[in-house]
Amino acid sequence: MSELATAATAGHTERSGSLWADAWRELYRNPVFVVASVVVLIVMSWAVFPTLWTSTGTDGGTCELVDSRLGPSSEHIFGTTFQGCDMYSHVINGARPSIIIAVLVTLATTLIGVALGVIAGFYGGWLDTVLSRITDVFLGLPFLLGALVFLALLGEQNIWTVSAVLVVLSWPPITRIMRGSVIQVKALDYVEAARALGASNMSIIFRHILPNSIAPVIVLATLYLGGFVSAEATLTFLGVGLQIPEISWGITVAQGQDYAIAGYPHLLIFPCAALIITVLAFIVMGDAMRDALDPRGR
Amino acid sequence: MTEPAHATPDRAASAGHGEMVVSVRDAVKHFPITQGIVFQKTIGHVRAVDGVSFDLHRGETLGVVGESGCGKSTLSRVIMGLIPASSGSVNLLGDELVGMRERDLRKVRRNVQIIFQDPYASLDPRMTVGGIVGEPFRIHPDFAPRGDRRGKVQELLEVVGLNPEHINRYPHQFSGGQRQRIGIARALALRPQIIVCDEPVSALDVSVQAQVVNLLERLQEEFDLSYIFVAHDLSVVRHISDRIAVMYLGKIVEIGDETQIYEHPTHPYTQALLSAVPVPDPALRGRREQIVLTGDVPSPANPPSGCRFRTRCFKAQDICAEKEPALVSRDGSVQPSACHFAKELDVIHATR
Amino acid sequence: MSATQDIKPADTVGIGREASEKQSRKEAARSDALGFDPSAPLLEVEDLHVEFRTREGVAHAINGASFSLSEGETLGILGESGSGKSVTAQAIMGILDSPPAFVTGGQVRLRGVDLLTLPEESRRLVRADRVAMVFQDALSSLNPVFTVGHQLAEPFRIHRGYSKQEARKEAASLLDLVGIPAASGRVHDYPHQFSGGMRQRVMIAMALALDPDVLIADEPTTALDVTVQAQIMKLLADLQAERNMGLILITHDMGVVADVADKICVMYAGRIVERADVHSTYGNPAHPYTKALLESIPRVDLKGQQLATIEGLPPNLTRLPDGCSFEPRCSWARERCRVDDPPLYDVGAGRQSACHYYEEVLGS
Repeated sequence: MSELATAATAGHTERSGSLWADAWRELYRNPVFVVASVVVLIVMSWAVFPTLWTSTGTDGGTCELVDSRLGPSSEHIFGTTFQGCDMYSHVINGARPSIIIAVLVTLATTLIGVALGVIAGFYGGWLDTVLSRITDVFLGLPFLLGALVFLALLGEQNIWTVSAVLVVLSWPPITRIMRGSVIQVKALDYVEAARALGASNMSIIFRHILPNSIAPVIVLATLYLGGFVSAEATLTFLGVGLQIPEISWGITVAQGQDYAIAGYPHLLIFPCAALIITVLAFIVMGDAMRDALDPRGR
Repeated sequence: MTEPAHATPDRAASAGHGEMVVSVRDAVKHFPITQGIVFQKTIGHVRAVDGVSFDLHRGETLGVVGESGCGKSTLSRVIMGLIPASSGSVNLLGDELVGMRERDLRKVRRNVQIIFQDPYASLDPRMTVGGIVGEPFRIHPDFAPRGDRRGKVQELLEVVGLNPEHINRYPHQFSGGQRQRIGIARALALRPQIIVCDEPVSALDVSVQAQVVNLLERLQEEFDLSYIFVAHDLSVVRHISDRIAVMYLGKIVEIGDETQIYEHPTHPYTQALLSAVPVPDPALRGRREQIVLTGDVPSPANPPSGCRFRTRCFKAQDICAEKEPALVSRDGSVQPSACHFAKELDVIHATR
Repeated sequence: MSATQDIKPADTVGIGREASEKQSRKEAARSDALGFDPSAPLLEVEDLHVEFRTREGVAHAINGASFSLSEGETLGILGESGSGKSVTAQAIMGILDSPPAFVTGGQVRLRGVDLLTLPEESRRLVRADRVAMVFQDALSSLNPVFTVGHQLAEPFRIHRGYSKQEARKEAASLLDLVGIPAASGRVHDYPHQFSGGMRQRVMIAMALALDPDVLIADEPTTALDVTVQAQIMKLLADLQAERNMGLILITHDMGVVADVADKICVMYAGRIVERADVHSTYGNPAHPYTKALLESIPRVDLKGQQLATIEGLPPNLTRLPDGCSFEPRCSWARERCRVDDPPLYDVGAGRQSACHYYEEVLGS
C-alpha cells in the first residue's frame, strides 16, 4: 500500500498559510467539529451565565418537598429532584462546578505534564532520571484512595481543593506520554537539520518538537475532560467532593441514582444526559483538532 | 595509537583544488555505554570514530564509504559540531570546533549544512515548504530581512528545480525525489561552503537518483561547494567523488583519489567492498573476481586487537593481531593504506 | 568470532538423505489433493490484474502482467516503488490485504492449478509448502518474543504434524543449511541477537523449511551492506541450484539482477514493459524505460560516466494516462503514444517490449 501512497500524491488543491491557519480552515469546515463546539459553548454558557437560561437563580430556586420526584411537566420540563427542586435549573446550574473543575484540572495537568514531559524527554540525562522517578512515585498513588486521603486531610472541600487534588493525582500519565513522544520526535532528521541551521533549543522545542509530539496528549486530555466530570461526581458521591447545598451534576446524579431504579428514571436521565453530551462534545472536538493539526490527513 | 597522520593523508592539493576548508586530525568520538536506572555507571565505550584524520579542499568532494556501523555517520556529525568530538581537532574554515561553546558553534555551523538520507524524516510534516526552506532565514534574520524571505525561498526552490508556486504545500504532497530537493534547498539557504551529504540518494528510486546526483553536481559548480559524501553505494560515490576515504570500525583504512581507490585499491577491505558491488552487466557474471567476506562487522565497543579488519581478512597473519597498521604509503601502495600487506589488486575489472 | 566459518551448506549427502525422508512424509500431509499436475509448467502468471480501492479512487496496481517460471530458473522482476512488483509477489502468495486490494482478473497457475480460484483454506496449504517468500525487512518479519528455533519449527508442526522434538531438530539443520555458524546452539536465541545478515539467513531458512517449489525473494538484500548482500545472493543461488527451485527475485537493483537472473521482467506503473532473457535486455534494451534506467545508474567499474536522467515522476496509479504510461517521461514519445496504449509486442527471440517504436529503441 505504501508503494501506492507515493504515487497517489500528485494533484491536489492549492492551500496557503501556516499550519494553524490551515488547521483552522479545516476545522470550521468540519460539521462534526462545528456541532461539538456549539454544544461546548452552550454548556460553557450554562456555567458562566446560568441566569440566561433559567429564572430560578443560581441556588436552584425554591424547592418544595411536596413536589419531590415529579415527572416532566410544563412547569418543570425536566421534572423535579428528590428534594422537589426544579431539575432543569439543577442541570443548568450544576454545569458550573463540573465544567470549572474539568476544564481547570485538564488545563493544569496538560500544562504540567507537557512541560515536564518536554524537559525530561528533550534534555534527558539526570534531569530525565529525576523527573521520571518522581513521576513513577505519583503514578503509584491509587487514584481514589489518594483523593480520599488528600481531601480528608485538607478538611475543606470546594471547587478549588477538589481541583487541586485531582491535578496532583493526574499529571503523571500526561508527563509520561509526552516524554515518550518527545524522545521519538527528537531523534528525527528535521530536528537535527534545525540544529545544523543553528536553531536554539527553545526554537526547536516550540517549532518542531511540540507540534509534532502533542497529538497523543490532545487525545488524552479530551478523555481526561470527561473523566474529571465523572471524578467530581464520584468524589461527591463518596462524601469528600462538593457538599450540599452546592449544586453540581455529581451531586444530582449521586442523589438521583437510588430512586432512578425505583421508578423515577428522570432523576438520572437528565443530569446524565447533560454529562454524557458534554463529555462526548469535548472528545469529538479533541479528535477533530488532532486531525486538523496533521497536514498528512488532508 | 596510530602514528600521527598529520603529515600523511593529503596529497589532494594536487587534485587542483583550492584552499583547505576542513581539516580533521585524530578525531575521536567514544559514546559511553551506561548501565543502571537511578545511578548510571559507565561500563564501556562504543568507539564510533577512533582517530580519524583528513582534509577537505574548496570545491572538492570527499566520499566516505564503509559498512553500516563503521562510524561514517558519526564522523559527519562530528565535522558539523553536532556531536562534540571526544578528542582530536576539527578545524572548520579556521575555527577549531573541539572545545567550542555551544553558542559559538551555532554561528559557525551555518557554514556547513547537511542533506539527509530519509526524505520523509528530514522535513517537518507540519510545516509548509515555505516554512521549511525559510527556517534558516528565521534563525539568522540578518541573512534575509523579513520582507525578502518569501522571494528568497522561491528563488531557492527554483535553483533546486521545484515549482516556486508550491511554497505553501506540505512535504507529504511531494514525491521522495522532490522532498530531497526541498532538503537541498534548505541546506543551501545560508550559502554554506561545505555540505555533508549523508546517503542522499539511497532512499530514492533508481530513476530519480540520477536527477538528484546531477543536481548536486550542478550546485557544487554553481556555488563552489565542498561535499562530504557519505554513502554505502560505491558506484554513486565513485561517480561523484574526487577523493574517497574507506572506513572500517571507526578508522580510515585507505584514502586516496578516485582512480587510486577504484582502479588500484591496496587494502584488503577496500578490495572486498569493491568486488562485492554488483555490476549491471550480465556478461561479466561469474567472471569477476569476488572476495566474499565472511561474518559481520565486530562490535565497535570491543574491536579486535591490532588490525581491526583481521577477523574477516583473507590476508591476516600473526602480526595483524599484534601490531596495528598505520595509515601510510607503503611499497605496495601509493596512497595511504592501513594494512601491513598493502598491495594493489584490481578487483572491479579483473575477470577470471 | 566465527568469522572464518564458511557459508557453504553442509555435506550434501546428509541433506539428501534427510530430504528423501522428509519427502515421503511430505506426500502424506501435502496439498496434493488440490490436483497439481507434476508435468504441467511450474508457475504461469497470466494477465494478472490487481487494483486498490482507496478513498482517492481506484489505483490500478497491476494491469495485465504475464510471465512464467520453470524449475531451477531465476526470474528477476525489476521496478521502482509503485511499479507493482511487490504487489505481484503478494498476489502470487495470496497475501494481499483485501480490502483495499482486489485481484480483478487473470490466473496464477502452479503446476496447472489456478491458485486464484482456490478457497482460502487451500491457499494456506500452498503457502510455505509450495510457494514461499523472503521479505526485505527480516527484523520485522520475525516475531521478537519467540526464539528463532521455535519459529523455524512452527511450519513443521503446523503443516507436517511433527512432534516438538522432531521439529526442533529440523530447525537446527535448517539453520546449518543457511550457513549460520554453531547452528544447534543458536536455535535458542531470539531474533534481536542475530545481525542483519544472519537474520536474513534465518528468513531464508524459514522459507525453505517445507522445501517449496517456488521461492519469491522481495528485495532480500536491500537493507544489507554490499559485503553481506554478496553472501546472501550467493547463498540463494547455491540453495536454488541444489533444490532446483524456481526463484523470483524482486528488486530495484539492476546490478543484482544482472548477477543472478536468467529472465527479466521490467515493470512500470503496474505493467510489464519489457520481458526478455537477461543478456539481451542489458545488452540491447527494447523499451525506452529499461534503456533510460541502464543509462542513469552509475557503475563502479566506469570512470567519468555521464548520468542520463529520467525527468518527471511515475504516473498516479489512480489516474493512468490513456496512452503509454511512460509517455510523459519518454524521449522517444510521439503523438501516437499519448493516445494508443502499446501492447506487449513480440520483438523476436522470445523477447517482448511494450513500445510502439521498439525497433528504433533496439537499433539505437
